[in-house]
Parts: sequence; C-alpha cells; structure tokens
Amino acid sequence: MTPVLFFIAAIGAISGAIGVVTLRNPFYSVLCLAFHLVSLAALFLLLRAEFVAAGQVVVYAGAVMVLYVFVVAYVGGGEQLPSGGVLKVLGPLFALALAIELCIAMLGSGLAGIKGKGAPFIPGFGTPKHIGALFLTTYLFPFEAASILLLIAAVGAVVLARRRRGLERDEEAELRVRAPRPAYTGTMAEAAGIRPAAHEQEPQPEVEPVGGPAHSPGGW
Amino acid sequence: MAIGWYLVVSALIFCIGAGGVLARRNPLVILLCLELMLNGANLALVAFARMWGTETGQVFALIVMVVAAAEVTVGLGLIVAIYRRRMPIDVDELSELHG
Repeated sequence: MTPVLFFIAAIGAISGAIGVVTLRNPFYSVLCLAFHLVSLAALFLLLRAEFVAAGQVVVYAGAVMVLYVFVVAYVGGGEQLPSGGVLKVLGPLFALALAIELCIAMLGSGLAGIKGKGAPFIPGFGTPKHIGALFLTTYLFPFEAASILLLIAAVGAVVLARRRRGLERDEEAELRVRAPRPAYTGTMAEAAGIRPAAHEQEPQPEVEPVGGPAHSPGGW
Repeated sequence: MAIGWYLVVSALIFCIGAGGVLARRNPLVILLCLELMLNGANLALVAFARMWGTETGQVFALIVMVVAAAEVTVGLGLIVAIYRRRMPIDVDELSELHG
C-alpha cells in the first residue's frame, strides 16, 4: 500500500511542480502549486511527519496560496511575456545538469540509511506533542526568532505595499475628494446644520467656483 | 519505501524550481518557483528526520516554512509596490538598481 501511495503522491508533486514552471498564466501556476503542496503533504504523512503535513496544508495551501491568488487577481495575471532569450534554453539545461548531479551524489554517497526504510517506529513520532516539546525546550531560540521574523515580515509587507503619499500625485483620488456630494443627500453636515438643508437653501449659482466646495465648511 | 526515493523526489522538485527561477521572467512565477525549491529542501529534511528517527529535521522544516512565509509576504509586497508605480512586471525590465 505504501509504495502505491508514495508513487501517486510523488507523481502528483512532480507534475504540479512542472505545471508551476511551464504554464503561461500565473493563476494556473498558483493552482498547480496548491496541488503540489497537497501532494507533498501526503509525502510528509508517509514519512510520519503529521504535524509538518498539517502545517503544510494549513499554512501553505491555505494562507500563502490565498495571498498569491489575491495578488494575482490584483496585478491581473500579467500579459503573456515573450520568451526570454538565452536563459530560456540555459535554465532547463542547468536544471537537468543539477538533477543528474544530485542523483549521482546521492547514489554515490554510500550513506547506509538511504537504502533502509528509516529508524524503527517510535510511538508518537512527529506528533504535535513531541514537536511542541522540542520547540519549547531545545529549539526555543529558533522558535522565538521565527516569531520576530514573521512580525518583521508583516510590518515590511505593509510598508512596502501601502499607498505612498508625496511620491506621486494621485489625480483620480484628489478629484474624488474634491468633487462635492450632490446636495440634500442626507449628510451629517446637513443634519448638524452646518450645511443648509433643502428647505432653507437659497438658490445657488450653477457654476461651481474653483475649489469652492473644498473651502466651504459643508461639502461631503 | 526506501529513504532514497524520497530524496530523489526532493532533488527533482528542487531542480524543477531552480530551472523555473532561471527561465521565467514574471516575478510572481519566480516566487512560486522559489517556493518549489524550499519545498524540495523541506522534503529532504523530513526524509532525513525519518531516517534518523529524530524530530530535529521536522523542526527545521517548520522553520523553513516560516521563513518561506516571510519571504512570500515581502516578495508579494514588492510586486504590489512595483505594480503601483506602473512599472513593468518583468524581471528583465526592472534593472534600475544596477544603473
């Protein structure tokens, strides 16, 4: 049973990876990556890493993929870029050479454990209990460092992606702010009496003075 | 299954990701390919953890996932910033920094 599951998951993971690299539309690439991640979680389960598999599905296939999908939707998938020159050929060649080299290194390493099925079964191996105990005792410092890293990344992303003021004038937003609301639409200013309501309004000239509503105490 | 099979799969995933980083020009897809490389490394770490019967490799894999999440957040923030500045989303065109 295990070999069947392994080959299904491995073929899923590798085909997902190939899909990520080859598909032209970034949205399909993201979907392929989600498929790849779920297949990889199955491989983790076969390796008795339950907690890592759960984290993979929740963090990666859940949260990170949602982030990707939103950014792809925002940026708009991008136009289909023309294939780029030399690296288009050299990239796959390099990848092939690297794969051959890695396989030779692994098979030639003579590690005794590679041919075995791993250590004998330990009860509770890879459960959240064991991993959590390790994180809070032996690996406390990496754990805390990871939390600080996540905080820094969150702040950095907000700083990077926010709308900057002063660098460029956003004409459209300025127009939107300056344009007056149509009168008597029930604004707070009308209710508070700052802006005269409909029945006590004197007839106004049709032509708005330049920048007039911005100076008037009422407005939108 | 022998541990070597898992290592072969992880090497293949890593190489596919590396080829994608080199060949693709959309920074979004390059980030996806970086994820592939990190996942290949993760699979190797978990396989070695299984081989030795210790959970240290799994702890390392979890830390790698944290680092990957941080990298994705900052990378996607950069892409959104590039898009806001109306610059082309193409790594070959974005060559301002080297003059």
